[in-house]
Amino acid sequence: MKVKLQHVAHARSGDKGDTSNIAVFAYQPEFYPLLKEQLTAERLKAFYADAIKGVVTRYEVDNIDALNFVCQGALGGGVSRSLCLDNYGKALSAAILGFEIEVPEYLKTKLQGQHLLA
Amino acid sequence: MKSSIRIGSGAAWWGDRVEPAALNAEKGDLDYLCFETMAEATVSAAQVRARRDPGFPGYDTYLDDRMRAVLPACMKRGTKIITNQGWINPDAAAERVVYWLQEFGFTGVKVASVNGSLITERVLELTDTILENGKPTSSLKATLISAEAYLGAEPIVEALKGGAQIVITGRVADPSIFLAPMMYEFEWDPLDHVKLGQGTGIGHLLECGAQVTGGYFSDPGFKDVPEPWNFGFPIAEVSPDGSTVLSKVAGTGGAITLQTVKEQMLYEVHDPANYLTPDVVVDFTTAEIEVVGPDRVRVSNIGGKPRTPTFKVSMGCTEGFIGEDMFFYAGPGALRRAQLAKKILEERFKIVKLEAEDVRIDYLGLNAIHGDATPGTAPEPYEVAVRVAARTKTREEAAKVGREIDGMAVSGIAHTGKRVPHQDRTREVIGVWSGLVDRTQVVPSVRYFES
Repeated sequence: MKVKLQHVAHARSGDKGDTSNIAVFAYQPEFYPLLKEQLTAERLKAFYADAIKGVVTRYEVDNIDALNFVCQGALGGGVSRSLCLDNYGKALSAAILGFEIEVPEYLKTKLQGQHLLA
Repeated sequence: MKSSIRIGSGAAWWGDRVEPAALNAEKGDLDYLCFETMAEATVSAAQVRARRDPGFPGYDTYLDDRMRAVLPACMKRGTKIITNQGWINPDAAAERVVYWLQEFGFTGVKVASVNGSLITERVLELTDTILENGKPTSSLKATLISAEAYLGAEPIVEALKGGAQIVITGRVADPSIFLAPMMYEFEWDPLDHVKLGQGTGIGHLLECGAQVTGGYFSDPGFKDVPEPWNFGFPIAEVSPDGSTVLSKVAGTGGAITLQTVKEQMLYEVHDPANYLTPDVVVDFTTAEIEVVGPDRVRVSNIGGKPRTPTFKVSMGCTEGFIGEDMFFYAGPGALRRAQLAKKILEERFKIVKLEAEDVRIDYLGLNAIHGDATPGTAPEPYEVAVRVAARTKTREEAAKVGREIDGMAVSGIAHTGKRVPHQDRTREVIGVWSGLVDRTQVVPSVRYFES
């Protein structure tokens, strides 16, 4: 079944200069291999379209079941130069929660936010 | 040597809430209360303000609020305070804290200021290359406002060894504020990268305050925490090997869980195996996180590698201005009116010959936050603000944004909601660039004051 990433992972973004790091954390250890396989750096960059202008590097942080995406050119030239209302990009991590991910049926009951699943 | 020490957070940034700091001072049973109040552009913004406003003392504008809130309880308990509220004038901040100590009747308290991070006059000699774009730093000469090196924990440790009960710094790396008491109490060698890696990792978890206790976290139905209006700031119970239990004052809202700790562990981190700080290179990929009780999470085994021979330096430069304003639509067809309004403004900016490096016209409520990442399937909102921003070389050009939005009041389209301008709609841009300087070229100094 395909579900939005919000059922599989939580996320937080942080700023440094013109680079935003978008970290994605599996809600369950069983979900982490799905993230690793399906949420590649290329797919994340494509999902953000022109909102990320530079290179995206993915770091796998196996000890905490997390992927850290370091996204260059994501903050409008840097926090102080940015014309975006959210110039720190603190809301940027929310977008990836809409990424569609394939989850095996047997994991359905473990998904977060069951009330939003049909 | 103590068998453990308790280090609490008092602020995660300049604008942070004061009440949780007071609560930590009163009920946290703390050995140390630490405040982090500086962002990347804080020093440059303070320099600009100091030039314009000779009455600006150059330290945290909320210094009085914070110190009034915590000094009585800290002095009663014997809690030491470490803070970077000195900004560009740690000496003046120290004098101000001495004033408050005297007001409260606490005499003989030693306060230390840490100086030496400001290297504006020397920076172009000390570093050749801008890290972000590889250009020579000499290209910044005409616009440079301020340059400051990120100092480590060592000068704070020196101040503690000198008997200071309150230490006030300018720019130091954020985790160093929290690392310093561990180094001092547990007599860690500044080159012991194993212990400093663990300690700095804990400092990293504490430096953003409520972000590890349930702040910047709640997402209803997915990640809920109790009483998110009532967060406690974190408290670290640190053992001599650096392993730590994170906790908070009982009865506060929020939560400390594996999830809150993991999210904060990677906050503002790039390569998790090589997080560069002045004191040590931190490796988060070996960290172990374990729940040991309600709102109690143990963090151990964060790795460390030897520190680099350089300090990071931030260089703030004047880079022009941003003009910004917004106006509003609602009801059926709000978006189609907003789209026509955008077209009108684009044409009018040509008529007034707006010279801008970048212009952005957003539909707030639809695409202002995620911009180009907004899905094409996003539903049409009932209300929309048209929000316009332009970055320009001069303030006069930036002012054109607000002036053309004024024109939308009677020369726009039907049902346009418009504010009467009540504030300056232009602001100065301070661009921040980074470089590296040889650490031996930056020598901190410690000065002592007494109440």
